[in-house]
Amino acid sequence: MSTAARKKSLIWDYLTTVDHKKIAILYLIAGGLFFLIGGLEALLMRIQLMKPNNDFLNGDLFNQVMTMHGTTMIFFAATPLLFALMNAVVPLQIGARDVAFPFLNALGFWLFFFGGVFLNCSWFLGGAPDAGWTSYASLSLESPGHGIDFYLLGLQISGFGTLISGINFLVTIVTMRAPGMTFMRMPMFTWTTFVASALILFAFPPLTVGLLLLMLDRLFGANFFDPALGGNTIIYEHLFWIFGHPEVYILVLPAFGIFSEVIATFSRKRLFGYSSMVFAVVLIGFLGFMVWAHHMFTVGLGPVANAIFAVATMTIAVPTGIKIFNWLFTMWGGNIRFTTPMLYAVSFIPSFVMGGVTGVMLASAPADYQYHDTYFVVAHFHYVIVGGVVFALLAGTHYWWPKMFGKMLNEALGKITFVLFFVGFHLTFFIQHFLGLMGMPRRVFTFLPNQGLDTGNLVSTIGAFFMTAGVIILLINVVISSISGKKAEADAWGVGRTLEWAVSSPAPEYNFAQIPLVRGLDAYWLEKMEGKKGLTPAEPLGDIHMPNPSVLPFVISLGLFVSAFGFLYHNDYSWGLPVAILGLVITFGSMFLRSIIDDYGFHIHKDEIIEAEKKGVKA
Amino acid sequence: MAQHANSENPNVNLAYRRKKNAEEMKRQVISFVLMILLTLIAFFAVGYDKFSHWFSIPFILLLAIVQVMFQLYYFMHMSHKGHEFPAIFMYGGVFVAFLTVWAFATIVWW
Repeated sequence: MSTAARKKSLIWDYLTTVDHKKIAILYLIAGGLFFLIGGLEALLMRIQLMKPNNDFLNGDLFNQVMTMHGTTMIFFAATPLLFALMNAVVPLQIGARDVAFPFLNALGFWLFFFGGVFLNCSWFLGGAPDAGWTSYASLSLESPGHGIDFYLLGLQISGFGTLISGINFLVTIVTMRAPGMTFMRMPMFTWTTFVASALILFAFPPLTVGLLLLMLDRLFGANFFDPALGGNTIIYEHLFWIFGHPEVYILVLPAFGIFSEVIATFSRKRLFGYSSMVFAVVLIGFLGFMVWAHHMFTVGLGPVANAIFAVATMTIAVPTGIKIFNWLFTMWGGNIRFTTPMLYAVSFIPSFVMGGVTGVMLASAPADYQYHDTYFVVAHFHYVIVGGVVFALLAGTHYWWPKMFGKMLNEALGKITFVLFFVGFHLTFFIQHFLGLMGMPRRVFTFLPNQGLDTGNLVSTIGAFFMTAGVIILLINVVISSISGKKAEADAWGVGRTLEWAVSSPAPEYNFAQIPLVRGLDAYWLEKMEGKKGLTPAEPLGDIHMPNPSVLPFVISLGLFVSAFGFLYHNDYSWGLPVAILGLVITFGSMFLRSIIDDYGFHIHKDEIIEAEKKGVKA
Repeated sequence: MAQHANSENPNVNLAYRRKKNAEEMKRQVISFVLMILLTLIAFFAVGYDKFSHWFSIPFILLLAIVQVMFQLYYFMHMSHKGHEFPAIFMYGGVFVAFLTVWAFATIVWW
């Protein structure tokens, strides 16, 4: 963009990019693709459950689709889509030119991507994993074929990527804030990204250990989780949920951040109770580590353990309640504009509260014995994850789309998407509460007629089609926007409050020609209210140092991908072990190259910046 | 940056810096001596057969914690300014690890 000498093909550009804005687009495309795959799997399940005794997807295939739906949606759709928005927005919001470790940012993306591709290869290589997204050891150790091995190795690879990205955001937010951007002036999305990244740092190592031990059991003849040989299968469940519970906060905290931005922006008001919002986020992150055993009430931990975890779980409702009221008070008396993102934000509040209320019901251990493993649980966590995270992703995508791509999405189509998705969501999942209370078990591929479950399941399936239609309209909207979308201004919505709206849409490669001086919360709004057009610069205009693009992150991840196939088949074929070693040689060889080659990056010169700024921001 | 973030320009305040370094050195030596002493006590506690395991194991664990603190704060300079975030995240990690082990010890293995 700025130097003619660095022209290259689009594909090579994206394969080698270390620019956080391009990595955001990669995350959005890859995460979106996995979101569509996971959605298709959900639709297939709902078709199977449309009527009693259906034989559309039978037993084992249903288990595979069910497992892959959960795994794909959590690890390969929700997490990367949040990373897409974090990458696109957080460096801009804190007034930085990039993340702290651009190379690791790219590595994190490619590890996630190859992990997801590896997992989905299982469909074509003898069957997908079939033990649920939790893959409890007592079940997964008995699973024939290689499905579970694909799950273990694929998640291990993408888990490294997520951990790397999480650490990267932590370091970025701690060290790269612009002058004046104190912690208590950070936008809420940055704050929630920070806390979610800290949760990633602490929650992913237990998952890595759990998956590693299970892999040793399945592929290398160990017996950590086999009670017949002295192992303990419960330990896997603990390790999984020590990760798994913080994981839901890793997803929902950035969602809270997105809604905080959207609600404040479109109410034209400062976020109500900013410091209590920060407090609530940190408290939720902290409590999130002390409640994991509420997923295991029926395991038989004993009444004392169950009681402790039940009470701990219920306390999380307090900080969450603080946030809910703060959002309501932000809107109270505000000059509200119902744009597409705001519609999602407004409808998120009641939807998420419903998920929260059933959460408190489930947290009560004696009652949980009734709800456990029924559709009541399915309804609860879909209310939290779809009503919280997916609504946030849709809101955030519409909200920051102009900043990422420089073009507005069509508002009319956006509102149609919202209506279809909102109606479909409640149609699908509300009735599932009652299906669960009537005793319909989750993860079972069919049900018998005339037990009071027929109508409810049909309604639920119809709802799923509404959501599908909503997503299809969103895709059409994206295509239309890319062909004939209205060009976005820097302050695309006209009421932007935070720093990302001060730079052109899309942001230039170097983000800020001059790093801004932040003089308060909602820094850009502050400047606008004082009648200024741009931000107050904190430094003179000068050459900007940029990192060089590199293909090594791609190659490092590719090596692990190859190696995973080798380990997967090393018991079956003689080529397994050599392939595994070859893959590791590629990975460690690339790391070695990265270490010994000095890469000083390059500079964008002052006159180029002046020229770009004339064309871009001020035009 | 060639200079360490905590050090200042060597030409300024030479007398002050000398005094500060001497103080620092004194603390390092004291903590070093204490650490050797603690190690000797630990060996003694294990070797002395009048102590039961119920005393000596918690006791040497306690000594180990004290030693780690000396290491972090005096030898690795965590007592200096600018180490707040490493401290938060280290204690966070310790907390999560402790919670995990504690839960396993009480409800899985007990």
